[in-house]
Amino acid sequence: MVRCFLIHTLCPVGALSAGESRVLYSRLFGPDEAVLSKQQLGFSPEERRLLQKEKISVVARQVRSAVALSREASGRQLVDAVPGEEALVLQDADNGVVRLRAGDPFSQEMSVLWLGVQSLGFTLACEPHENLLLAERVLRNLSRHCLENLHMLGQGSEVLLKSSRIDVLLSRLLPHGQLLFLNHRFAQSLEKEVAAYVAK
Amino acid sequence: MYSLGSESLIKQAREIQDSELQKFYNRLVKLLQVKELGHETLDSLQRLHLILCANKYARTLPSDLQQRLLLLLSSPSEQLQVLSSALLRETLPSSGEELNNIQENISQLNTHAAAVLVSQAGSRAELSNLCAQLVHGLEGRPADGPARSLMFTLPVLKSILTLSPECLTEEHVTILSKKLVDWLRYASIVQGGGASSGGFFTGSRSRQPLPTAELDGSVSGDFFTVLCVGQGFTEDQWMNVYSFSMLHHWLLTYHSVSSSNNTMDTDDRSEVDGSVVSMVSATSSSSRLLPPKERLREKAFQYCQRLIEQCDRKAQKKTDTELQKACMVEAVCILDCVCLEDPSMVFRAFPSIKALFGRLSSDLSFARVLLPIAQFYLNHGEMAAVDCECVWKLVFGRFPAELFNDSFLAHELLRFLRLNLESLQLRAPEFIRFLPNLLKFLAWDSSAAVDDFVDLLPSLVTEGTAVEMFHTLLDLPCLSATLVLQLRSMSLPISESSSRGLLSLDAFRNPAFRGLFLFLLRVETGSGHTIDRLSTLHDLLAEAADWPRVVRCAQIVPVLLHIYFNTVVTVADEKLLAHLILVMLERSSLLLAIPTYSKEIHRVFSCHLLRLCKLRPSLVVDQSHELLEFAGTTVNVYSKEEIYTHVVWVLGEYLSVSSDSRCSVTHITSCFETLEAVLFEITSSAPPPGTVCPAPKVITTLMSALAKLASRSHDLIPRVSLFFSKLRTAAKSDSVIWCADEGDLVAIVTRGEELWSLLKTPGVAQSVLTPPPHVLTPRWHRDTNLAMPLQLRVLTRLTHSQ
Repeated sequence: MVRCFLIHTLCPVGALSAGESRVLYSRLFGPDEAVLSKQQLGFSPEERRLLQKEKISVVARQVRSAVALSREASGRQLVDAVPGEEALVLQDADNGVVRLRAGDPFSQEMSVLWLGVQSLGFTLACEPHENLLLAERVLRNLSRHCLENLHMLGQGSEVLLKSSRIDVLLSRLLPHGQLLFLNHRFAQSLEKEVAAYVAK
Repeated sequence: MYSLGSESLIKQAREIQDSELQKFYNRLVKLLQVKELGHETLDSLQRLHLILCANKYARTLPSDLQQRLLLLLSSPSEQLQVLSSALLRETLPSSGEELNNIQENISQLNTHAAAVLVSQAGSRAELSNLCAQLVHGLEGRPADGPARSLMFTLPVLKSILTLSPECLTEEHVTILSKKLVDWLRYASIVQGGGASSGGFFTGSRSRQPLPTAELDGSVSGDFFTVLCVGQGFTEDQWMNVYSFSMLHHWLLTYHSVSSSNNTMDTDDRSEVDGSVVSMVSATSSSSRLLPPKERLREKAFQYCQRLIEQCDRKAQKKTDTELQKACMVEAVCILDCVCLEDPSMVFRAFPSIKALFGRLSSDLSFARVLLPIAQFYLNHGEMAAVDCECVWKLVFGRFPAELFNDSFLAHELLRFLRLNLESLQLRAPEFIRFLPNLLKFLAWDSSAAVDDFVDLLPSLVTEGTAVEMFHTLLDLPCLSATLVLQLRSMSLPISESSSRGLLSLDAFRNPAFRGLFLFLLRVETGSGHTIDRLSTLHDLLAEAADWPRVVRCAQIVPVLLHIYFNTVVTVADEKLLAHLILVMLERSSLLLAIPTYSKEIHRVFSCHLLRLCKLRPSLVVDQSHELLEFAGTTVNVYSKEEIYTHVVWVLGEYLSVSSDSRCSVTHITSCFETLEAVLFEITSSAPPPGTVCPAPKVITTLMSALAKLASRSHDLIPRVSLFFSKLRTAAKSDSVIWCADEGDLVAIVTRGEELWSLLKTPGVAQSVLTPPPHVLTPRWHRDTNLAMPLQLRVLTRLTHSQ
């Protein structure tokens, strides 16, 4: 199962320290780990929520660091893109996978897939025995829809103000964290529903 | 992309004042009271979401607002469902009653409301409850219910089961197994959504439903799978997709070898013998006799066999070709899982797996599909008596050599190694000869792979591989540079020359140096530990010292060396350890010239030289000749100060009869003479141009070593005295050319005085300078001197009448 999906910054953000990442959208799937773990039964709901938020920022930070290392090693230069060039930008995007050990921050080991599109990263944290080929495909698809529906290549803030669109997208293409084997017909059908929602 | 506008929005959301927030809440409640919920409401709800998310500390909504939002969860408008769900997930959970109210109307539950229930569940009991209701809902649903209302049920269940499989009772597992069988195997094979074979001008009579098609356009001849297409889909076809998507996880959770009970299987197995099956659905009649779990296993098997056949077709769309790859991976994984649970299925599965391997093994673009196939071979190859050598040659021989820069393949292959180490060591122990190949992943993307290698390295260091591994680790940055050159060489035409960083590329392409690079790029062990012309190689790669990959690689080598040494002491005999010491001495000057790399490596060497000699003191006597050669070379004082210091210390400490009975007076004398000569030299002349004065530690270590040696062979004491008096004289004049700091000089002279006065009483000197082990290690009650008074005291207390 996919545990979480994030959209976060990969560029330096003024208000944060170096290496920190601003999380623009986050969605955790499944019940709260803290509720089910044997040791942590003492947490109040506030503490549990705080713990979840911290876990998400750890993931974002790890991915930011991995992306920075990968970009430095490959020596590629980032070229600014304008709205309309989503397909090109996606093709050029660098991607990779990071291993997060058990306990750091999730209770189990995780494989975190990332897609770095210019200064923003799309991240999917899933369990390592998941089908990573499928996960990669789903991540790419989600990123494409987000870039298009939220006009992320422009200067707008729709990713913050229209996050319900991402929620609907996830509810169709990654329902409750489930990766789906969708051939082009099934995918079309679901994408039509999302498009209908966005059009409203 | 990330604009200042967004940043300021977040800032505003975080810094909103309480009073303003309260006003906002009130306005929102008013808006929600209106029947028609318009644009402004949706906008405000969205803004509220931003405010709640912007902060990691939770806010509590006023209860009337919370109530309204809960009501919105079951609104007919999806927009309201989504927004209320997002908001409720961001706030603290409401009291149990309100959530129970939602749960009661389980048939009205939509996917967004379910998300709230799952994320806000406060206990395992609540989750079990939810699971029970969802399963019940699946079971008793009317046939003509709303089209896709319960499709999210399977994903919700899976999300709960991932963390807590106990939330489903045995009964539920059985019910779901039956449902899964229905959806996987018996979904309708006609297109849904009203697609018909009639053309534009047909009437209602000739509307016949069309069969589903395969990805290459031909008509489907067998049951429905995820690789079948149609104009529209029926509900059970959707459930087919959802069921398959969670099948692997379901089998892993409820069908693992430990949890299944195999008592019911044996009777029914006799009918489904391996050799007969060619058409996948031929066995369906006999499997109706099986209990639900076993039936699911059988159907899963058939589904995967069909998928593998379907993947052979050429899909019309590129996106479907990619899906086929993912399906192959999934199908093989599920077959592996099923065969682990029921080994008799191996004989049925192997032919198709073998055929798949044969088809894909020559195409590197299917490398990631071949990994699960390799896993299958590893798990079941022995049982099926199949020769797996070609698989390992491919996976360990070709993949790392040609696909080292595929980060996903690296991740999956290293994970495969980590998870199957024991199994590989048992069934394919020859994998270890591909060590140089595996290290290519590490050399290419050090920061990503180091974590895996920290786990793998201890198992890869064996007696046979130790020396080669040592050399390879030290030259890992060279390998890194070579891999970069290899890729560049393939992408740049031969004629292009001279821009930044291409001197090494020319060298790479130069036939005279081919052998050097080929050695680094070797695939298997066994062609020697290292090469003669290592220094030439280092010179050729000098410009690579600032390439990011090479720098990163150089940073992780010390870490891995520590792990290497920690492991090697457990597997190596004394002969091997002696050899390693020699290699350390030799390689200390043969390293790629990356800033701080030499220094870090020297530090690791020093640390482990010390530990090795402490563990096996006789090594020092054994290797005294080589160690003395190193210690006698004055240049080493200046260029390899840290190692030099430790070599001298080790000589002083362990060159004695108590470490090894073979140590003779000749040994001690020759060592003394060598060290004395160096000490005289460095304290009478200036350091060579380009180097700094030796640190006081070197000089004091030399002095201490000399003193220790002299304490063991008393005729050497006068010579030591001679040196110390010379030192005192020299120090009386204010500055000396071999010591930069006056404070240091004072410290050195003081130490000299201490040693000299100690040597005046030779008998005591030896015990003080090299205390025997039983003095250094406290033995407490085991020490008879200490123990006696304690024992007497205890006995007295016991025997004294109370």
